[in-house]
Amino acid sequence: MNLGVRATTDAVFKALADPTRRAIFEHLARDGELTVHVLTDRAGVSQPAVSKHLGVLKQSGLVRDRRQGRETHCSAQPQALAALVDWVTLHDAFWRDRFDRLETLLNRME
Amino acid sequence: MSETTATRAVVVERDVPHPPEKVWRALTESALIAEWLMTNDFQPVVGHRFTFRMAPVANWNGVTDCEVLIVEPYTRLAYTWAASGESAATGLQTVVTWTLTPTPGGALVRMEQTGFRAQDENNYRGATYGWQQFMGRLETVLAGL
Repeated sequence: MNLGVRATTDAVFKALADPTRRAIFEHLARDGELTVHVLTDRAGVSQPAVSKHLGVLKQSGLVRDRRQGRETHCSAQPQALAALVDWVTLHDAFWRDRFDRLETLLNRME
Repeated sequence: MSETTATRAVVVERDVPHPPEKVWRALTESALIAEWLMTNDFQPVVGHRFTFRMAPVANWNGVTDCEVLIVEPYTRLAYTWAASGESAATGLQTVVTWTLTPTPGGALVRMEQTGFRAQDENNYRGATYGWQQFMGRLETVLAGL
């Protein structure tokens, strides 16, 4: 792993290590673009706190924002997670999870 | 189709205390498949086209397009596993092969998903069916840091 990749990975881990930031990122990943106002309502912390969290998320590449009028619109950039995980890793995790479920089903079957 | 670039594979293997005949049912009966894998319209017929479906998430409609390639009862089952919809042409195009081998106590279940291309990484959107699980796992990993 080269230093550039390592730095990105560290930034992504650091960004997601905080539960509030993780919640903000999950909201954006599920709902698409949201304004800072909406995110603040959902996060249950002050707007300056949300803005600070968004700053960390932006620096890690997980979130991008754009100004429109008086509102700042934020969106998730989940491809930044590719620094942590690739298709093969994801599918490996997926199938291991499904194998567990398959075994549970087999135990229940006649 | 010739592959000019190297591809990667995911292999998961497990010994289960159940006979291959029973495992075969779980792999090939649509209602049973739905219980452990995904909602589907699978039929154990070579050439049958079907889909696996999950709840849509951002950037992904939740659909995986498949076609049955091999049906050898109690032994081998294979189907394509590909991106659907607008990413069908450029997205993931893999093959999932199940192999069942009888063992003294049951069966060895092997799943091999082949054909991950380097270019698939470039098309990676992060929003796949592994996504929610990944977040769950990440939480566990982070809790242990």
